[in-house]
Amino acid sequence: MSIISVILVLIVAFLAGMEGILDQFQFHQPLVAATLIGAATGHLMEGVVLGGQLQLIALGWMNIGAAVAPDAALASVASAILVAGPAQTSISTGIAMAIPLAVAGLVLTTIVRTLTVGLAHIADREAEEGSIRGVELVQWVGLILQGLRIAIPAGLILAVPATAVQGALNAIPDWLTDGLAVAGGFIVVVGYAMVINMMASAELWPFFFLGFALSAVTSLNLIAMGIIGLVLALVYLQLSPQFNGHSGGGSNGGGSHSGDQLDAILNDY
Amino acid sequence: MANVEKKITNGDLRSSFWRLTFLQASWNYERMQNVGWAYAMIPAIKRLYGDDKAERSAALKRHLEFFNTHPYVAAPVLGVEIAMEEQRANGAEIDDATLQGVKIGMMGPLAGVGDPIFWGTARPVIGAFAASLAMSRSIAGPIVFFVLWNALRMAFLWYTQKMGYQQGTSITKNLAGGALQKITLGASILGMFIMGVLVPRWTTMKFPLVVSKVKMTDGTTKVTTLDNILNQQLLPGIAPLALTFLTIWLLRKKVNALVIILMYFVLGIVLNAIGVMGK
Repeated sequence: MSIISVILVLIVAFLAGMEGILDQFQFHQPLVAATLIGAATGHLMEGVVLGGQLQLIALGWMNIGAAVAPDAALASVASAILVAGPAQTSISTGIAMAIPLAVAGLVLTTIVRTLTVGLAHIADREAEEGSIRGVELVQWVGLILQGLRIAIPAGLILAVPATAVQGALNAIPDWLTDGLAVAGGFIVVVGYAMVINMMASAELWPFFFLGFALSAVTSLNLIAMGIIGLVLALVYLQLSPQFNGHSGGGSNGGGSHSGDQLDAILNDY
Repeated sequence: MANVEKKITNGDLRSSFWRLTFLQASWNYERMQNVGWAYAMIPAIKRLYGDDKAERSAALKRHLEFFNTHPYVAAPVLGVEIAMEEQRANGAEIDDATLQGVKIGMMGPLAGVGDPIFWGTARPVIGAFAASLAMSRSIAGPIVFFVLWNALRMAFLWYTQKMGYQQGTSITKNLAGGALQKITLGASILGMFIMGVLVPRWTTMKFPLVVSKVKMTDGTTKVTTLDNILNQQLLPGIAPLALTFLTIWLLRKKVNALVIILMYFVLGIVLNAIGVMGK
């Protein structure tokens, strides 16, 4: 493979890595990634056909909530390098070798998502200084880490056998990666706690517990929860003495006049 | 207060639209899309608070709080938040809790809309069609997939962000003091309610530790794990709730958030290693 092909493949891998987290342009989806790598190595059609087959396999992979889906970016890039690159494996062999590699590659996702926790705190410090540029810089470092997450394994697959790359990924001790993943599942409570500390007041706590209880013991989906929350807010506002001057509440409410305005706005929707 | 009205320009909205592409760039376990969110808010922050360091710093900080939703449906939320920041910069009484409440209140339910529509329906349908073209050796497959998806995506992002901005502006601008107070309180109620919903839903804590093995009379063995005790005999989600309150308490005791996070990472590694918690 020429040096230009290698560079192009690494660029595609970097793009796929960034898109693996962004999920916008879809450079990480098999159809796009495998086609581009096929074009980079001069075996376009192999890439297209591989992309089609792998796309069908990957159809069910999606990112929901905070869960991590199988690493589509690494599966696409790795199999495309094996099929359309110097190894020229068959499509079925390429896919069979790439998927376990992509599963091993999830380790890298865990590591990047842990490192970015540190980045978020650097962003906090920059925000403290009012530094817009600083926050932007943090954002770009995060994105570059995500690009490298795929570009580095891709470069290794070009240089050494894929099984060796998989072996290296598996060599990262389980106690560390599994431990990070376990912690990654609940570290988010720190984010929750900060938001709650910002919003909480004696008046609002009951709504938090109601939301928790409904969420914990029912299988109502988030849309239904949104409707319930909205209804609760509207009913509370209608009944709250704070906004009903005539029922003996506070004097700061706008009385029925403001209520009419709210109704008028809501009627507009 | 403000002598000259501060105005968000179309250019700012376009810039935010582009920046929202990178919403998940710094996705992290702690506050998820927070840095990307602040990044998308920056054009507005620059326009409204660009020459005031204290205001700018406060705005950056309040938009670095926890945020997570489907990356496309974040667009209407962004439009609304830009509109609210604009009114706030021009003297409307919108406090941090309201901005936060609107964000949280919108992001949870909208995530519930975005996931099934985009990941569950649109991508499988377009993907399967394009994949069948590709497998018959047609370059049209990947091209159709890429062009169609991105046209849909960009149109959705742009129009919903614009809609959010327009509706957000008309609501906050045309309300007299009392009604604005109502919206403020309503947003906070919805926000707190949704936070309560998210604590057990978007937190993963599994306790596979086997507590007891009892031989039943019919010869089978009844295995009870710590998960069974916590989630069936006590209350589902009790562990995330307890941990959330521990964190709230620690933060109020002025323990540094970074210290708490390092502690929790160590906790996760240790509890996983001794088998109390698992993936």
